[in-house]
Amino acid sequence: MATETTAAAQGHVSPLALEEAGKCVDTHGGAIGLPQLCGEWMGNQVFWLVVALVIIFFVLSRIALPRIGAVLAERQGAITNDIAAAEDLKAKAVSAEEAFNKAEADARTAAQAIIADAKAEIKGDLDEAMAKADAEIAAKAAEGEKAIAEIRNNALANVTEVAKAATKDIVAAMGGKADAKTVNAAVTARMKG
Amino acid sequence: MEGDIVQMGAYIGAGLACTGMGGAALGVGHVVGNFLSGALRNPSAAAGQTATMFIGIAFAEALGIFSFLVALLLMFAV
Amino acid sequence: MATETQTGAAEQGAGLAFHPMDQFIVKPLFGDGAVGLFTVTNVTLWMALTVLAIIGLMVLGTSSRSTIPSRIQSVAELCYGFIRKMVEDVAGKDALPYFPYVMTLFLFILFSNFLGLIPGSFTTTSHIAVTAVLAMLVFLTVTLMGFIKHGAGFLSLFWISSAPLPLRPILALIEVISYFVRPVSHSIRLAGNMMAGHAVIKVFAAFAPMIILSTGIGLIVTPMSILAITAIYALEVLVSFIQAYVFTILTCVYLKDALHPHH
Repeated sequence: MATETTAAAQGHVSPLALEEAGKCVDTHGGAIGLPQLCGEWMGNQVFWLVVALVIIFFVLSRIALPRIGAVLAERQGAITNDIAAAEDLKAKAVSAEEAFNKAEADARTAAQAIIADAKAEIKGDLDEAMAKADAEIAAKAAEGEKAIAEIRNNALANVTEVAKAATKDIVAAMGGKADAKTVNAAVTARMKG
Repeated sequence: MEGDIVQMGAYIGAGLACTGMGGAALGVGHVVGNFLSGALRNPSAAAGQTATMFIGIAFAEALGIFSFLVALLLMFAV
Repeated sequence: MATETQTGAAEQGAGLAFHPMDQFIVKPLFGDGAVGLFTVTNVTLWMALTVLAIIGLMVLGTSSRSTIPSRIQSVAELCYGFIRKMVEDVAGKDALPYFPYVMTLFLFILFSNFLGLIPGSFTTTSHIAVTAVLAMLVFLTVTLMGFIKHGAGFLSLFWISSAPLPLRPILALIEVISYFVRPVSHSIRLAGNMMAGHAVIKVFAAFAPMIILSTGIGLIVTPMSILAITAIYALEVLVSFIQAYVFTILTCVYLKDALHPHH
């Protein structure tokens, strides 16, 4: 403690004597003992402490704390609102996307239908044309076959004529006498064979 | 003369009473050390227990405060 | 710390002047008269500054009520949220009506501690008279509230029903003693921490002018003491907050005991 040095300076008054006399401060303004235990000052401190605490309590409970609580609640509300708005917008975006997807799908099916229709139409036309062409080709073929048959018949008749004439000539050359009727029958029989 | 001896005894006693604060220091160190070793094992649970740690420190320190109080009483009240 | 008187050092002429306790002297601001009950003293001055600082932070700082807070407003909201959460977590939801009361204690102690760290200031919370009033306020509130809310059932706080029956009277005795010792430890913890820290800074400060007395040893002692003051000052900033926190959290623990006395 500071008491020893100051006592030396004072010379005659012992600090213990001063302390016993209830003094808290020596003649130089230094502390005697522990200032915290000086009873003389306690009333003053307690009085001003109570004043300070009462002021702080009323300022806090009447003004500051409700205000801060309101600000925090407001901020919480604002955040909640913002989140709700964001959710709303998100839902809107999702529904817009769905509508778009639906429209796209619709358009796609419509396009598919149109394509199928066109395809069917084209196919019908094609089939028709094919059938027509087939029929024409068949008719042409039949005509050709008929002509070929005719030509073959003609050729056969010619060959028969030639064969009959040649046979008559060959028989005559051999010195026989060819009966036209017999020769014809024989050639016809041979031709069939 | 007799008063001086009483004074001397009181001062020696106050000094001895201060050793109790060392005990409080050990206690506080023990609390914080164990808290830390637990917190390092399970850091996720540590944040919720800091308040408990401070309460533990306060209770450990309270007993050191009594030795301080005894020292003060010996110095200034006896 | 400016409360130290220069006269003592001047009279000694040479040697270091140790007056670590002079910073705690209460004296009138005007004149040299005795300190009466209503005298305006340095206690008044520093408590008024504490009140003004709290009003500045909690009222002026939040006056814009903006949704996007300014810096001061965020600090005020931080304090609000911190203490509110502490009351809710430690004492329970039904302790929320006592939130302004706990907040008052916390802010007063916090600002007194921090203002006391200004060099030359007076630390109101380093006085046992002040902290004892704070602790007795808590003690009386808690005790009265416990008896009002639970009547004689509040006494079950001391009767630990989970302990074996033969042990219960002994435990009850211990519990009663520890209950009545609460305001003592509650107040002296705060005052003792504040007083000890400031006194230590002052003791180191007394070593600082060593270089004036002796250049040889002073070259070592003076820088060392200045470094030590800096380090202890940093520690004291931390202690100032922690002690305010501990005082508040213990208040919450005691409140919980009063609201839910059954173990």
